[in-house]
Amino acid sequence: MDTFIQQVLSGLATGGIYASLALALVMIYQATDVVNFAQGEMAMFATYLAWTFMNAGMSYWTAFLLTLTIAFVGGVVIQRVVIRPVENKPILTIVIVTLGLLVILNSMAGWIWTYLQKPFPSPFPREPIRMGTVVLGTHDMGEIAVTLVMLALLFLFFRFTPLGLAMRAAAQNPLSSRLAGIRVSWMLALGWGLAATFGAVAGIMVAPILTLDPNMMGGIQIYAFAAATLGGFGSPVGAVVGGFLVGVVENLVGTYVSFIGTELKLTVALAMIIVVLLVKPSGLFGRTHVRRV
Amino acid sequence: MSAILEVEKLEAFYGRTQALHGVSFAMEEGGITTVLGANGAGKTTTLRAISAMVRTRGAVRFGGAPIESKATEQIVAMGIAHVPEGRGTFVDLTVEENLRVGMYARRNKRNAARDMERVFEFFPILRQRRKQHAGTLSGGEQQMLAVARALMLGPRLLLLDEPSLGLAPLVVREIFRILRLINQESRVSILLVEQNASLALDLADHVFLLETGRVVLSGTSDVLKKDDAIRRSYLGY
Repeated sequence: MDTFIQQVLSGLATGGIYASLALALVMIYQATDVVNFAQGEMAMFATYLAWTFMNAGMSYWTAFLLTLTIAFVGGVVIQRVVIRPVENKPILTIVIVTLGLLVILNSMAGWIWTYLQKPFPSPFPREPIRMGTVVLGTHDMGEIAVTLVMLALLFLFFRFTPLGLAMRAAAQNPLSSRLAGIRVSWMLALGWGLAATFGAVAGIMVAPILTLDPNMMGGIQIYAFAAATLGGFGSPVGAVVGGFLVGVVENLVGTYVSFIGTELKLTVALAMIIVVLLVKPSGLFGRTHVRRV
Repeated sequence: MSAILEVEKLEAFYGRTQALHGVSFAMEEGGITTVLGANGAGKTTTLRAISAMVRTRGAVRFGGAPIESKATEQIVAMGIAHVPEGRGTFVDLTVEENLRVGMYARRNKRNAARDMERVFEFFPILRQRRKQHAGTLSGGEQQMLAVARALMLGPRLLLLDEPSLGLAPLVVREIFRILRLINQESRVSILLVEQNASLALDLADHVFLLETGRVVLSGTSDVLKKDDAIRRSYLGY
C-alpha cells in the first residue's frame, strides 16, 4: 500500500509537469487551432537561459523570474515574427512552421550549450518528508505546489481580469471580438507568451530530475500530448487533469507491470493517445456544446 | 442637427470584386436611418465598410472626424458599435461576460455597473439569464444580447445588421420596440440594415435604397413609404 501511495504521489509530481506543458499546448490550440510542436523546445531553451543566469551568479528565484519574463516576451515575439505571417495559411503550413521552430531551437541549444548533460539545481531542500513509512521527495512536493499555484494564477487571470476575458473572447470569436474593439492579433500573441511562460516553468521543474540537455523535453512533450488528448484539446481543465492522470498511470504501470519498467514507459503515453482517439476522440473534458439552434 | 455620419463616394472591395460603387449619404445625430435593398445590393457591405472590415476607398466621417483610414478596433473605440449579421454571440461565455466584452473598448469605465443595470432594464430577460452560457439562449435572446453588448460600449452610433433574421414575428416586434426606446432614451443614432422593409420604415426616420452598390433613392421614411417603386418592390402592396 505504501508503495502505491508513494508511486501515486510521485506520479502526481511528474504529472504536474505534463499538466503545465499540456496547458501551454491547449492555450495555443484553443486560440488558433494549432498544435505547437515547438512548445517543449521553447521550454528547454528557457531552462537553458535559467541555467545560464544561475551560473552567472544569480539566485535561484531571481533567475526563475527573469527566465519567465524572457520566456513570455520570447513567446510573444515568436508569434509576431514567425507565426503571424502564416496565420491565415492552411493548418498544415503552421504545423510545419512549428516543427521547423522545434528543430531550430533544438540545434541552437546544442550549438550554444553543447549536448552534454548539465546538472540543474532544485530550489527545494534535500531532506525528504517522511509520513510514516511513506517517503516523499521534497522536490516532488514543491513541484506539485508550483504547478498548482501557476494554475490558480492562470484561472484567476482568465476569470476575473478584463484582459483575460478579452483573450477568451478573441479565441472564441475573432470577428466579433474585433467589433468589440479587441486587438485579436495581440491577444493571440499574449496567448503565446503565457504558453511559453508555462512551458518554462515545466522545463525548470523537470530539469533537476532529468538533468538538462537539448533533448530533455522530447519525451515530456509526448506525455503532454497524451495529457491534452486525454483531457480534450479544447479544455484547459482537461489538460491539467489529463496531465496528472498520465503522470500517475505512467508511474503505476511502470511499477506494477514488470515487463514495462522504465524503458517502455513512453509507450504507455503513446498507447493512451491511441486509445483515447479511438474511444473518445474529444477527450474526457472535450466540449459537447449545449446550444440551441 | 449635425451629421453624426457622413459617407462620401464609398467604394468597397472583396478581393478584386467591387461591392460598393460610390455610396454617399449622411445621417443626423440621434436619428434612425435604414438601408433597404435586395440581396447583394451592398447593405451589409456598407456597414462593414464603415467599421473597416473590408477594403475601401472614399471618405467616412464620424462626428466630423475622418475614420476611413482607421482600424476596426479604433473605430469601435470612437463610439461606433456594430452588431453583425448572425449576432456574433460569444457562445461559451456567460451573458454577463458577453456584456463585459462589450465594455472592453470604452474609455470611461466608471459608470459601467450603472450602464449594465440600464441594459438590463431594456432587456429584463437578460438579467434572468446573466449567469447562463450565451449559447443556451434562444435566437431572440441572443439578438437582444447582441444589441445589449453593443450598448455596453456606450456608443454614439449603432450599426445593426438584420436584427430580425430568423426570428419569430412577435420577437422581432419586441426587439424593434426596444430599439425605438433605446434611440429615444439613450440618444444613440442607429443605422439599420433590414430585410423586413415595412418594420424598418416604421422605425426609421430616414431611408436610402441601395441597388448593386449604389444609392438609387433616399429621403424621409414618410415620403418613401408612399413611393410606388418602394411599395411594390419592398412592401408588397
